[in-house]
Amino acid sequence: MQLIDCPWCGPREELEFHYGGQAHVSYPPDPQALTDEQWGHFVFFRDNPKGPFPERWVHGAGCRRWFNAVRDTRTHEFLAVYPIGAARPGVPGGDA
Amino acid sequence: MTAETRPLRPAHPLESWEPAFAALTREVAAQGGDLVLEPAPQARATDLRLDPAGPARPAVAAALGAGLPTHPNTWTATDDGEIVWLGPDEWLVTSRYARPDAAEPALRPLVAGHGGAAVDVTGQRVALRLRGRLARELLALGCALDLHPSAFPGGHCAQTLLGQAGVLLLALGDGDDYLIHVRSSFAGYLAEWLLDAATEFRGAAPAAGT
Repeated sequence: MQLIDCPWCGPREELEFHYGGQAHVSYPPDPQALTDEQWGHFVFFRDNPKGPFPERWVHGAGCRRWFNAVRDTRTHEFLAVYPIGAARPGVPGGDA
Repeated sequence: MTAETRPLRPAHPLESWEPAFAALTREVAAQGGDLVLEPAPQARATDLRLDPAGPARPAVAAALGAGLPTHPNTWTATDDGEIVWLGPDEWLVTSRYARPDAAEPALRPLVAGHGGAAVDVTGQRVALRLRGRLARELLALGCALDLHPSAFPGGHCAQTLLGQAGVLLLALGDGDDYLIHVRSSFAGYLAEWLLDAATEFRGAAPAAGT
């Protein structure tokens, strides 16, 4: 089983974590001003790249903290782990 | 129908398992092994949330008689319990002798003004103590963590999975003494799992009745 490097607890089994979708999707500053189409894009549309993808993960069976990770969607390899709110780190071989 | 009056006394949720635990210790000892599984005394537990860099911390440390552990996955001892790191802004404070109604009110005023919280979670977890030479080997059958004393010495703790149950594991000694906190509703499952996992240490005779 793959180990995921929790920023607090260190490497733990993948089983202890849950996936939280794409990272860096910020809430619109003025939701009322959006058209239905723009709102639909915010709610339903996510990137689906083949390669490095920034995602949110939570260490559910451990410290229960959320963090961001860059995962390669082709190999399921975790390339970087970084705190919520931090900018996406440059990843070797990534397109960041 | 005559009412029978019996004195009330605190009961451990896993009390009914004690004969099975004792039988395990006996049978493992007969094989030359050393493994003791027993319910640990129910301690008063308070979940403490507070900003680790905030102003409330010194007062809390003074009230508890010990500093809050800052290093992830460690715990510190107090006079009658432990302060366990649960997260960067969360700790579990246990106390064996605090009055049931005293632990939470003692901490709450210290943190409430600073955006913190203290909540009594005594009923949330049940504690089991596992010790002896085979303790680490038994845990290794259901826990993916490296529990060798070089990686998980006394004073360390971990929230992880044991079998299928989420547990809070405290290393009391170096590799042969553990305190296992498990959610109350998983306690029976975990007791059963531990007894089942220990079958291989009991020798050839199949364990009866467990």
